[in-house]
Amino acid sequence: MTQTLETYSLFAIYSAMAVYALAFIAFTFDLARRAAPAPVSASVGAATAVGGRATALLERLATDAPVPDSGRTTSRPLRVAMALTVVGWVLHVAADIMRGLAAGRVPWANMFEFSMTATAIVVGVFLLLQFWQDFRFLGAYITGFVLILLGLATVNFYVAVVPLPDALQSAWLVIHVFVASLGTGFFAIGAGLSIAQLLQSRRETSGTGPRFLDTLPNAEKLENLAYRVILVGFVFWTFTLIAGAIWAERAWGRYWGWDTKEVWTFIIWTIFAGYIHARATRGWRGSRSATLAIVGFGAVLFNFTIVNLFFKGLHAYSGL
Amino acid sequence: MRTALFLLLLLAFAAIPGSLVPQVTADPNGVRAYEIQNPTLYPILDALGVFNTYGSVWFSAIYLLLFVSLIGCIIPRARHHWGALRSRPPRTPARLERMAGFSTASGQADAAAALSSATSQLKRLGYRTETFGASVSAERGYLRETGNLVFHMALVGILVAVGFGGGFGFTGQRIVVEGSKFVNAEGDYDTISPGRFVDTDDLSPFRIVVDDFEVRYEAENKNAYGQAGGYVAHVTNTLADGSTQKAQIKVNEPLEIGGTQVYLLGNGYAPTVTVRDPEGTVVWTDDVPFLPQDANLTSQGVIKVPDGLAEQVGMIGFLYPTVATLPSGALASSFPDLNDPVLSLQVYAGDLGINDGEPKSVYALNTADLTQLAGRKDALKLTPGETVDLPDGLGTIELSADIKRFVSLDVHRDPAQGWVLVFAILVLGGLLTGLFVPRRRVWVKVVETGGGDIRIEYAGLARGEDPTLDAAVADIAAKHSTALGLKVDS
Repeated sequence: MTQTLETYSLFAIYSAMAVYALAFIAFTFDLARRAAPAPVSASVGAATAVGGRATALLERLATDAPVPDSGRTTSRPLRVAMALTVVGWVLHVAADIMRGLAAGRVPWANMFEFSMTATAIVVGVFLLLQFWQDFRFLGAYITGFVLILLGLATVNFYVAVVPLPDALQSAWLVIHVFVASLGTGFFAIGAGLSIAQLLQSRRETSGTGPRFLDTLPNAEKLENLAYRVILVGFVFWTFTLIAGAIWAERAWGRYWGWDTKEVWTFIIWTIFAGYIHARATRGWRGSRSATLAIVGFGAVLFNFTIVNLFFKGLHAYSGL
Repeated sequence: MRTALFLLLLLAFAAIPGSLVPQVTADPNGVRAYEIQNPTLYPILDALGVFNTYGSVWFSAIYLLLFVSLIGCIIPRARHHWGALRSRPPRTPARLERMAGFSTASGQADAAAALSSATSQLKRLGYRTETFGASVSAERGYLRETGNLVFHMALVGILVAVGFGGGFGFTGQRIVVEGSKFVNAEGDYDTISPGRFVDTDDLSPFRIVVDDFEVRYEAENKNAYGQAGGYVAHVTNTLADGSTQKAQIKVNEPLEIGGTQVYLLGNGYAPTVTVRDPEGTVVWTDDVPFLPQDANLTSQGVIKVPDGLAEQVGMIGFLYPTVATLPSGALASSFPDLNDPVLSLQVYAGDLGINDGEPKSVYALNTADLTQLAGRKDALKLTPGETVDLPDGLGTIELSADIKRFVSLDVHRDPAQGWVLVFAILVLGGLLTGLFVPRRRVWVKVVETGGGDIRIEYAGLARGEDPTLDAAVADIAAKHSTALGLKVDS
């Protein structure tokens, strides 16, 4: 039973990756379409010529036309990409759940499982945030990022289901790791917005940069959105830190011991605390704080990959 | 803010080296290994204090400066906020047009009623209101600054509590073999590191007897073959008043006793060995903790027999819980459980160097001045219950049939630990309110335009991050004007 589920899970994750790859391509098509010059005048001419179908076409044009500063543009590739992302995510979550059922515990106890769950949460956060703001322009970034991580995880980190070591047998495993992944999801979106902000502000000042930026919100709006997303991530990260300390006290006999993973979690917390202060500091708004957000997310990735795999410490649960 | 930002980023940066090289506090053996592997770099890094990054002068300087700047920031802010908490909302600005979310509604309505309904509506929404002439000035979200201050003060609280706990707490380690006892007194610890202000003669008195230690090794799942789990130490504790109770210590479930926590952090085998002289008189017997060397619990231990035999005898032993013979002929363990245990012993004779009273590690034997009587090739081999002769007719040695286990217990006392948790929760609570409660001012002004007509003006002002201000003002305007039978002008 365990092995069957394990195989199904792997099958589902490969399928999810294939679907994400298609979504990534569709998102890229959408960005390319956004980069194309707005075909308004030519199409309007065509529409009048066609006559009877003009209204329908005009309506479609109205929805297709880039609305500057709203970011709320839609197109067939974009709708296809979003649909594919949802399908990929469903497969991804199914893979994750089957892995958990196969193991008889939460599916985040080694590097392979961490990667699978954390990326599912990242995509989940991306999809969830769409209800609040149109972040679909980040689709290529998110699906590309998740695809790379999943590829690395399945090829390099795959391990069969093994029982949970005693130290991980705690309710804190469920809470601490889940919230850390949730925080990572928000930081990922925040970093994506900050990258877009950096590009956008360069385009605003010097006019250089990819054309699709014209369909995105302006740099200031992007900065405000990034800030609000990262604030949520920061609260989750603070909770992760505290929950981790409580668990460390139970498992290792001290709540804080400057273990490598603790150090990096602390570094990330400090960087994002700096980011929040940067917004209230003259001369640090704009590109500088965006850079901090990107550096912070870089540290999150470093903590998740390099520290887990190459640094010696108590969080040695990569299973590799 | 600039100072805080600078120090925060500096702190993040300064924390990095400690994660790159082993730390004395967390991994002393790693530091020693680093010293051997990097003989040129080590003295430089050591002089810089990198092996004790988080206790180093430069790291401490950064966080202390950060906290000084923090305190320097929160004191005036707290004073200011204290004043703000007791003051009334300020006078309504003369011109509201340029304020956020400005909107108007006009039509036939009673000016006084419009004013009083605005006041009561804002009050219901948690605003503090004040009437100035024909306008209501309202402010809410004082909790934002309160939360912000609580967050920062709680950080100071954590620092103080951590420092206090370090000074008044202690940690100690002790290896206890099944069936033996451990007393919470300085002399009974293998190692103890008390805080600066701890009187080690005055530890809370209790005694723990380890009755039994339980562990399971995975034998079914091929992918985790030999993985250990299900550690439970069954213990009997006795408190100062003589009361006794049974308890269990597990990983993730420490034992709370006398304001102290006892953690189960390690285990291994402690075979019972008895040495007899040629006449058969017992000259030495003990349970000897053997330290695990690998995942299959090949374990190493040292036996020192100072008296009773013709010479002092020292032995280096390897215990193979499930013995296997490698192609080279050397022994190894193929499974961590006691399926087929063998104890092999290399025997040395001579001066053990323990007569001069200098303390020596019980886990190491200095063989430099000793004569080897049995080496790697001709090591003595014993199975449980077996007795073999020592070389040179020195006597005999017996391995008892029942091989015991030992547990290594970590004992911690940190009187400030609870406070650290309280402050940490305050940090989180302060963060949530300080970041997500919007602080804003809202004004409702009623202007009589003649003929019984009035015009109502609505506007707001963000105090700090407030992305939903416009929506909030619009909502207030809509509700208020609708209640008066008016409509917001578009």
